[in-house]
Amino acid sequence: MKLESNAPSGPIEKKWEKHRFDMKLVNPANKRKYTVIMVGSGLAGAGGASSMAELGYHVKSFCYQDSPRRAHSIAAQGGINAAKNYRNDGDSIQRLFYDTVKGGDFRSRESNVHRLAEISVEIIDQCVAQGVPFAREYGGLLDNRSFGGAQVSRTFYARGQTGQQLLLGAYQSLERQIGLGSVEMYPRHEMQELIVIDGRARGVVVRDMVTGEVETHIGDAVCLASGGYGNVFYLATYAKGCNTTAIWRAYKKGAAFANPCYTQIHPTCIPVTGEYQSKLTLMSESLRNDGRIWVPKAKGDNRPPHQIPDPERDYYLERMYPAFGNLVPRDVASRAAKRMCDEGRGVGPTGYGVYLDFQDAIQRLGRRKIEEKYGNLFEMYERITDENPYQTPMRIYPASHYTMGGLWVDYNLMSTIPGLFVLGEANFSDHGANRLGASALMQGLADGYFIIPYTIGDYLARHKPEAVPEDRAEVRAAVEAVNARTKRLLGIGGKRSATSFHRELGRIMWEHCGMARDAKGLQEALGMIPALREEFWKNLHVTGTGTELNQQLELAGRVADFLELGELMCLDALERDESCGCHFRLEHQTAEGEAKRNDEKFCNVAAWEYKGDGVKPELHVEPLTYEFVHLAERSYK
Amino acid sequence: MKITLRVWRQKDAKSEGRFVTYEAPDISEDMSFLEMLDVVNERLLEKNEEPIAFDSDCREGICGTCGFVINGRAHGPRARTTVCQLHMRSFKDGDALTIEPWRADAFPIIKDLVCDRAAFDRIIAAGGFITAPIGSAPDGNAIPVPKTSSDLAMDAAACIGCGACVAACPNAAAMLFTSAKIAHLGELPQGQAERPDRVLRMVAQMDAEGFGTCTNHGECEAVCPKGIRMEFIARMNSDYLKATATAGRRPTGLDEGGAG
Amino acid sequence: MPEARGFLGSSIGRKIVMAVTGIILVGFVLGHLAGNLQIYLPNGREAMNAYGEFLRHFLHGGGLWLARLILLVAVILHIWAATSLTLSNRAARAVGYRERTWTESTYASRTMRWSGVIVLAFVIYHLLHFTFGTVHPSFVPGDVYHNFVAGFQSVPVSLFYIVSMVLLALHLRHGVWSMCQTLGLAHPRYRRWAFAASWAVALVVLVGNVSFPIAVLAGVLK
Ligand SMILES: Cc1cc2nc3c(=O)[nH]c(=O)nc-3n(C[C@H](O)[C@H](O)[C@H](O)COP(=O)(O)OP(=O)(O)OC[C@H]3O[C@@H](n4cnc5c(N)ncnc54)[C@H](O)[C@@H]3O)c2cc1C
Ligand code: HEM
Ligand code: HEM
Ligand code: SF4
Ligand code: F3S
Ligand code: FES
Repeated sequence: MKLESNAPSGPIEKKWEKHRFDMKLVNPANKRKYTVIMVGSGLAGAGGASSMAELGYHVKSFCYQDSPRRAHSIAAQGGINAAKNYRNDGDSIQRLFYDTVKGGDFRSRESNVHRLAEISVEIIDQCVAQGVPFAREYGGLLDNRSFGGAQVSRTFYARGQTGQQLLLGAYQSLERQIGLGSVEMYPRHEMQELIVIDGRARGVVVRDMVTGEVETHIGDAVCLASGGYGNVFYLATYAKGCNTTAIWRAYKKGAAFANPCYTQIHPTCIPVTGEYQSKLTLMSESLRNDGRIWVPKAKGDNRPPHQIPDPERDYYLERMYPAFGNLVPRDVASRAAKRMCDEGRGVGPTGYGVYLDFQDAIQRLGRRKIEEKYGNLFEMYERITDENPYQTPMRIYPASHYTMGGLWVDYNLMSTIPGLFVLGEANFSDHGANRLGASALMQGLADGYFIIPYTIGDYLARHKPEAVPEDRAEVRAAVEAVNARTKRLLGIGGKRSATSFHRELGRIMWEHCGMARDAKGLQEALGMIPALREEFWKNLHVTGTGTELNQQLELAGRVADFLELGELMCLDALERDESCGCHFRLEHQTAEGEAKRNDEKFCNVAAWEYKGDGVKPELHVEPLTYEFVHLAERSYK
Repeated sequence: MKITLRVWRQKDAKSEGRFVTYEAPDISEDMSFLEMLDVVNERLLEKNEEPIAFDSDCREGICGTCGFVINGRAHGPRARTTVCQLHMRSFKDGDALTIEPWRADAFPIIKDLVCDRAAFDRIIAAGGFITAPIGSAPDGNAIPVPKTSSDLAMDAAACIGCGACVAACPNAAAMLFTSAKIAHLGELPQGQAERPDRVLRMVAQMDAEGFGTCTNHGECEAVCPKGIRMEFIARMNSDYLKATATAGRRPTGLDEGGAG
Repeated sequence: MPEARGFLGSSIGRKIVMAVTGIILVGFVLGHLAGNLQIYLPNGREAMNAYGEFLRHFLHGGGLWLARLILLVAVILHIWAATSLTLSNRAARAVGYRERTWTESTYASRTMRWSGVIVLAFVIYHLLHFTFGTVHPSFVPGDVYHNFVAGFQSVPVSLFYIVSMVLLALHLRHGVWSMCQTLGLAHPRYRRWAFAASWAVALVVLVGNVSFPIAVLAGVLK
């Protein structure tokens, strides 16, 4: 397996332009003869499907929800970055590029990141034209806010529902194409297998989740935009249905999986209350703009927060990082919170929580202003915790939130399987070892609206549209694999529910492959996960049949894949014997407890190739070179 | 706390359904309603009984996947709250709760509490968009939008498409949902070009799906988790009247042929 | 996109028909009430009869017929729209709920069909009573005052009038507000006014109309 980034040569700011010119075009009259399969209807998927359909391709689009509008992108709250420099505060494409590379702790591909920064500007224009109701100033122009990890104000937002509004924009464009007949939409369909023929990705096998029917769909190229795999931790800010199945099956068909251990833990989530907890709720990071984070100075100080006077509070982020204060990047903020709690200074019934306090901001800006900015977030917090954040500080704790890792892709977003493209959070591309706030939405839309329409054309122009007979051996084998698996899951007849396995896996991952990792813990996990997996396949209990809506069966299938992925994550985390971004190895830290990179050995992308069940996957390495940003220690002091 | 549930069970679209009673002891009031159902389901599984099927995804009140009727109220007793955000502390120990799926012919039941809301997607496909091909947009600040307009548009755009409005409406009307999208796009300068067409097409689709008609009961507004207001229905009505009055004003479409 | 069923085929079109005919009917009820209130004038008998005379000769006799025509068409359209909307609304939910908790809808809003039908029955009886005199004990064509006072002497008839007026008021309590909403008075500020107006119209119609049989029975009008 060769990892060719296929990034064009030349000065960084000319690469994308040059590449667009160099790429082949498909004759407009021929476009409708090509069918593109799109798995996922989030920002990346809906954006990609609608823009390719606009160009004239025939698109088949799949999602597991009952409507494409419900993809997990809907839940993003905070905002989307763009280097518009509308604030005149010194922003530029160059600066967004630099911030993103640095934020990713120098583990991303320069050429991709620069392209992302360039496109960011067009995304805002596109979304405004579609009717996304971004926040406005009184003069009618677009408003901005600042977001973690940046010193300029470049984040566009629509109240606390930015993801929702961006997704509805993409969804509406998608529905328009569905109405016009250029996109065929298959909601409540789960992709379960990739079809590879003559070395090219040519289709998918999906299960109709209502009837249980197993269908094959053939196309000239396949795009996966199936989102992140952070639900491997069980408790996460992801929607319950988010899964790794689509990319995992592609991995098992030969697509390399890059940097699986890069997972982001978000600092501002509502802490866990009990064993029954099914998910964690994120409070947008934008809250850190006006909220101050603190814990009591003394250990085990159980007084209610308002009884703790200011001098006895430790505003630890402001103390440790005076330049960025409460706005340090997520990984830094999360680890600091963990450290405070590990020191015994955590708050709340479990001791796993820190305060996020708005008293000062309310005094400074007035309650009205705070309400306008964060009203719906405050409401949400109150609904969940029954506490009023206008009066008592919020309690927050980190939770799994984003996965920087994903299928390896080249500059064209193509994986190591020709014809298999991967978009959005499902790929590994732009965020290195840590993603900055408000940049996932940007990447999803960049991939979907502005990159894939070009690069897929270049690929398709090299291949004639041609049908694949349903009875090809590869197609039959893929269908057979899906059927066999369903049968196997239904036939175990054990005692434990899929959820109980998922919860246990989550606990292992959170303990050993979470915010802080070390060789010993990872090795332990590498022993525990296969054992758990073995028990899963012996002792799983799934009711019902495969020919109906069967939520237990769906769950079991997803957990089965997480049980394999978890192992790969630990392996990758163990192999990467350095700290970088969100991957924090306890063995490698500076005196102040910051991540210490090892650029000599690990300035690279780790891409894993599947070699068969029970066989150690093979590690391939794509070296990263920094021509335009200088490798430096990331410091937010 | 201990709760008694009377739940609608229906094997699939074609089968007859019925209510089945379950006892749910040892429920914590910090659980969300869906977490309570998760616990009930885990216990059913232990007894090798089929768990209750219900839809959910984000579990934070934004995706619009969840929803059923609790004691005759869509999304349960708490205002502006989806069932996934509803917590058991809204109930008392010993409460008996009747749980039913959304009921409307345009939302056929798939299984238990799960129904098919694809009709909403088709209403959007009929006109709930602004035609803006990718790549053709002017600068984001080229069209100033008065803050009031963008705020109002945002109020309307907050709809999560959950279908509670239909479920609660005595006429099973989808007018709150449809009007919210029409108001969102109609409030913005970008949405003006297609405004008359949009309302005519979306209303035609809404009718074709077999939803009822609004007679201004206001139940929809009361259960809407996102606070979508009936004033949008009034706006849609007047948009519809205006669009009907001006319909037929069509260009001739004569092409003089500009080739060469 | 489905074939547009045209304005009258569409849900909103029929609602608008409902509302526009509603305006006409409300206008009539209010005007009629104002006319009837003349009976309380010191020269009530002459005023009423002159008013009746005026109506019959307005526009050389054509005015009354024109008004009757408009009313008749309005009633027919109103009933047609009400029936067809009711049918499609019923069809929109074939299987109902086992339990319902109402929050915003009112008794008035949920009983529009019944209150409407009863008001229609009332109107038919009323026409036979005061216009054609068929069911009137001592009908004298042209002597409106006499017919009026004599007509309410019967307690059961008066009671029927009073009950009908309560239902009419109920119909208007929801109807007037609904009309404003249907015709697109969307601003939240108008919403309060529309509510106030619907209460006001309902109360005026109720108090005004109910006062007649009571006044007759109490012997105030003789
Ligand atoms: C709570 C929260 C808040 C966030 N806030 C922000 C923010 O403020 N700013 C920011 O930039 N980013 C934010 N993010 C991150 C960002 O939302 C996501 O990274 C991004 O939306 C991912 O988009 P996507 O299109 O790649 O995937 P998704 O939106 O996750 O969509 C995945 C799609 O794939 C489909 N799918 C998955 N598996 C299958 C399968 N097997 N078969 C068929 N279909 C499948 C799903 O149905 C879905 O349509 C947030 C994330 C979370 C969890
Ligand atoms: C057979 C007789 C009648 C029936 C079945 C009937 C039924 C209805 C129904 C179902 C509505 C719709 C309710 C709504 O939209 O909220 C309505 C509205 C209305 N009705 Fe009637 N009605 C009848 C007679 C009358 C009469 C005699 C009057 C006036 C005196 C009247 C005045 C109104 C008004 C003002 C409205 C509001 C219109 C609107 O909703 O936009 N109705 N009626
Ligand atoms: C208690 C209240 C009412 C009284 C005392 C009353 C009295 C009368 C009288 C005396 C007439 C005959 C007038 C004439 O021939 O010159 C009349 C006619 C009529 N009334 Fe009433 N009325 C009352 C309420 C109503 C209401 C509520 C309605 C309708 C909803 C109504 C509808 C009519 C109609 C349609 C006519 C016939 C008009 C015509 O000649 O075409 N009335 N009424
Ligand atoms: S209008 Fe409200 S109730 Fe109706 S679908 Fe939208 S959010 Fe749900
Ligand atoms: S409840 Fe139904 S009647 Fe109208 S106001 Fe709401 S749609
Ligand atoms: S599960 Fe998403 S809104 Fe309830």
